[in-house]
Amino acid sequence: MRLIFEKSSPGRRGVSLPELDVPFSAVLDEKYCRKEPACLPEVSELDAVRHFSNLSRMNFSVDTNFYPLGSCTMKYNPKFTEAAAAMDEFSSLHPLLPQLLGGGMLAQGALEVLYNTEHLLCEITGMDAFSTQPLAGAHGELTGVMLVSAYHKDKGRKRKYVIVPDSSHGTNPASASIAGYDVVVVPTGKDGFMDMERYKQVLSEDVAAVMLTCPDTLGFFNPGIKEITDLAHKAGALMYYDGANLNAVLGKCRPADMGFDIMHINLHKTFATPHGGGGPGSGPVGVRGELADFLPISRVVRRDDGTFALDYSRRKTIGYIAPFYGNFGVILKAYAYMLALGKDGLIQVSENAVLSANYCLARLKEHYLPAYAKERCMHECVLSASAQLGKGVHALDIAKYLIDKGFHPPTIYFPLIVKEAMMVEPTETESKEMLDTFIEAMIEASKLAGADPDALHSAPVSMPVKRLDETAAARQPDLRWQAKSK
Amino acid sequence: MNVPEDLLYTKDHEWARIEGDNAVIGITDFAQDSLGDITFIDLPKQGAELKQSEWCATVESVKAASDVYAPLSGQVVKVNSELAEHPELVNKSAYDKGWFAVIKISDMSQKGKLMSPAQYKEYTEGLSK
Repeated sequence: MRLIFEKSSPGRRGVSLPELDVPFSAVLDEKYCRKEPACLPEVSELDAVRHFSNLSRMNFSVDTNFYPLGSCTMKYNPKFTEAAAAMDEFSSLHPLLPQLLGGGMLAQGALEVLYNTEHLLCEITGMDAFSTQPLAGAHGELTGVMLVSAYHKDKGRKRKYVIVPDSSHGTNPASASIAGYDVVVVPTGKDGFMDMERYKQVLSEDVAAVMLTCPDTLGFFNPGIKEITDLAHKAGALMYYDGANLNAVLGKCRPADMGFDIMHINLHKTFATPHGGGGPGSGPVGVRGELADFLPISRVVRRDDGTFALDYSRRKTIGYIAPFYGNFGVILKAYAYMLALGKDGLIQVSENAVLSANYCLARLKEHYLPAYAKERCMHECVLSASAQLGKGVHALDIAKYLIDKGFHPPTIYFPLIVKEAMMVEPTETESKEMLDTFIEAMIEASKLAGADPDALHSAPVSMPVKRLDETAAARQPDLRWQAKSK
Repeated sequence: MNVPEDLLYTKDHEWARIEGDNAVIGITDFAQDSLGDITFIDLPKQGAELKQSEWCATVESVKAASDVYAPLSGQVVKVNSELAEHPELVNKSAYDKGWFAVIKISDMSQKGKLMSPAQYKEYTEGLSK
């Protein structure tokens, strides 16, 4: 497909502006004005409409295709949440309203949504307080590690290290590092869980926090989780829960009961808000006990008369981390989702998500090596294409083949500790028929690896672009269209 | 898998070639093969003090970004500036043109913690199973 710049024709316009009927005055100093025209595409309205309509039809999304991208939890976003967010009463509110004198009374509904969402998240996770302000999961993580730092500082402790397992999401060590901590990585043992001997060795009075997901990135629930959190607490360290895998345990167990002190939730991974290509996202951060004193301002409070307001007077707060109160529209969608599904619905979400992943694991484990010899997984299963490797077929080739079959590929080459990893997370909304079609395509790919590996090497063949040269794209990135010099 | 006889190895797949007081360091053939096509390498700065088993470089490939750890402690006396423009040298020539840096070894006794070629060969064969 040609770029819109390449469809440009000199002088063609999408709109006709009326003649200037006021005196012309130059508002900008000449030094701020460009000497050459900006070289914008010159197209008609119809050209622009067709261009972007056709681009949108090339999009691969949960709304068009099965999208089992492990660790990313590509949940279907039910459309009623869009309707809630589009309500004029919410979408037309001015974000500064609650800060203006008397303005808070004109935004009670929105403040109540924030307050109630925080309290529902507390109920689901067992935490004592939540802030919905962080603007994405990684932002929530950084906020969480800043809370760790503020807590230890308040206690007069100097601590240097944050422990993460080698199966962790890359954002865990990144957040800890950006917040100023040195990261200590603990390897995964033969059983697929964090190596406890090594963990005990590195745990000391210098450790500020231990960051974990549970179920972990390999899709397993660690039965020793309580021992891990108890040991950390004995050393005076805090336990941080990466909520990326919360979709597996809704209503089944709570991070606070496992012994976690701080956590974040990716609303898009668990509460069906859009998984933005860079945003807007939402990564609420939750804490237990006295850690609530350090949460970012402002806090939404319920006053004695039942009205809601923003409270900025928190002595120990880490301060401001986001403009306004987070991505309100996203929080609103998550709130609508929680209310519509209710307690029983949310429990069923997790049950179905785990059932779907186990169904995939059970049917695929004869064709692809499971990452670890376990009968059951949680919400995602990690398989390896290492058996296909001998025939010259990599996980990448299988992923590309699946595109031709109409599926978004699963996550590949993650977790890093699994050779030729393929991480399948079907989520709770897919039917058995859809799972079967996907599984058949995976089995077919495995058979082709033996019979006709070149068929896999050349995939995809049905897409607007064929196999991309990812190495050249990374080594010599061509990121920007440039006009040919005249 | 190519495992030259004149080098020492780590379990994280780095190699060191000891030349007098200095050591040339890099990553092994096994490492480059597992990483796939390498697209970018963040090397240590000249003059930097490296500590054995701690960070010394980051390698990005089409699959992942991975940390590389110093096989020995010492000061960086030279880095392979060719790798900035041509990271693929590590894929093509892990032990020769794809070297990372030369360090002046600060503690020769650390050699004892490294693997011999035979030990490393056995170690990687265990990993491939």
